[in-house]
Amino acid sequence: MNRTLRRRYLRDRVMVGLVGLGTAAVLVPLFFILYYVLVQGIGALDLAFFTRPPAPPGETGGGMLPAIAGSLVVDTLALLMAAVFGVAAGVLLAEYPDHPLNPPLRLVVDVMAGLPAILMGLVAFALVVRPMGHFSGLSGSVALALLMIPIVTRATEGVLKLVPWELTEAGLALGLPRWRVIVNLVLPAARGGILTGLMLSLARGAGEAAPLLFTAFGNPYLTANPLEPMDTLPLKLYVYAISPYPDWHRQAWGAALLLAAAIMAASYLARRAFRR
Amino acid sequence: MSQPYRMETQNLSVYYGKHPGVRGVSLPVHDRRVTALIGPSGCGKTTFLRALNRMHDLTPGVRVEGRVLLDGEDVYAPGVDPVVVRRRVGMVFQRPTPFPTMSIFENVVAGLRLVGVRDRRVLGQAAERALRMAALWDEVKDRLHAPAVDLSGGQQQRLSIARALAVEPEVLLMDEPTSALDPISTQAIEDLLTELKNSVTIVIVTHNMQQAARVSDYTAFFLDGEMVEFDATDRLFTNPADPRTEAYITGRFG
Ligand SMILES: Nc1ncnc2c1ncn2[C@@H]1O[C@H](COP(=O)(O)OP(=O)(O)OP(=O)(O)O)[C@@H](O)[C@H]1O
Ligand SMILES: [Mg+2]
Repeated sequence: MNRTLRRRYLRDRVMVGLVGLGTAAVLVPLFFILYYVLVQGIGALDLAFFTRPPAPPGETGGGMLPAIAGSLVVDTLALLMAAVFGVAAGVLLAEYPDHPLNPPLRLVVDVMAGLPAILMGLVAFALVVRPMGHFSGLSGSVALALLMIPIVTRATEGVLKLVPWELTEAGLALGLPRWRVIVNLVLPAARGGILTGLMLSLARGAGEAAPLLFTAFGNPYLTANPLEPMDTLPLKLYVYAISPYPDWHRQAWGAALLLAAAIMAASYLARRAFRR
Repeated sequence: MSQPYRMETQNLSVYYGKHPGVRGVSLPVHDRRVTALIGPSGCGKTTFLRALNRMHDLTPGVRVEGRVLLDGEDVYAPGVDPVVVRRRVGMVFQRPTPFPTMSIFENVVAGLRLVGVRDRRVLGQAAERALRMAALWDEVKDRLHAPAVDLSGGQQQRLSIARALAVEPEVLLMDEPTSALDPISTQAIEDLLTELKNSVTIVIVTHNMQQAARVSDYTAFFLDGEMVEFDATDRLFTNPADPRTEAYITGRFG
């Protein structure tokens, strides 16, 4: 009996050790990446980085103001679109299982979730850039929204299914129509989880460059008009990183650091929202 | 044709898939009287009650047969809006169901507000009236804007009752409304029933035989999904026609 006990302790130690190793295998590269980005990028984050337009190719100096402003505009619009369509689709999937549109919608969302991001750029190109005749921040938002919608939809559906059915019944018993029960009772009860989904989708979309290559396209001049071409941080990062100029490399690291910080902030807010 | 009943079921059956939860029940619900439904657990009381205001509509796999008349009109007839039926026929559930994101006050006036009543004074008066009727006013009048989920279970149940009353239904269905309440609140709810009788028609499910005897005018005894006996309460309790009813009310029953 003493021996079995000792063997159990031993096995417990080994298992805990293995779990620790696995955790480290995940965390070490992550910390390495963050550390490397921090070290490489922190030097680029001066006042000019936030307040100046980019310098002409080959010259040093200049900043990321158009890209920062563009990211804010493009990502905000994308988030709004993803919220509207993503939550609506999640409501239909969770609350109307017998609706004839339910199975095809589920299929579409599943397919969308698996599509490569760059394809969303192509779709937005066909849907927005072609009819408008030119690139625009708006088309970039559409591309990102297409990427974000499945995330919001799945989060919304999942959290709505956690809301007790008794709540719906209590609302119906008061003589409220179904849609009112959903809008005023069920969605508020699920708001934490929905916010989490929105933040996670934002974290996903805000870091994408590929869908923006032929939609938002990039723009060296500062603009807040989403109907014009716009720069964003991931686009700038991409363009600068593959350029031959050392100063652009430096600024690309700065953009990487800023993006990483923003996305981590969004993820953190997402977890906070869920805990409420 | 005379129409003496506020509600009436005719040969009502409710199926869960193939399994009948209620079979062929024909029951009159007298206007502005309390009708009690009694019977052992699982005999179909809840199932029957939920059929009266079409609460089964949204549960997949549930089928309702027969007729449920409200003022002579079948609530299951084509073209009848279940939302309108439920506005007229309110319901209090076996378990309290406060709206979790709302305050006490918002809970009580939710039914009014969500159909467009905006006037703060009207809402305030309705809330006080409903809370007083549900014997909850004194306990919550100083914290009307506190979250409803902070209330105790028994208070939540009285809140659910207040919320159902606030929309002034013509018929109120109550599924064991006092099973989670202490004797004082139970007494208050029973007094409420007696008082409400002047304006509202009530159908109440109860496991408490004394309660049925105290508050109801008519009693129906259910067994295995069927209605064994229906009669005026004093007659059913003193002189039951069916031996199974007698066995149940005298406690000689499984
Ligand atoms: N959602 C459901 N799906 C399948 N069967 C059900 C469902 N709800 C109830 N039943 C069955 O229908 C029958 C009647 O149940 P019901 O809940 O109406 O009983 P009850 O008289 O209200 O019991 P209690 O006094 O315990 O509340 C039972 O046999 C039960 O198993
Ligand atoms: Mg029951």
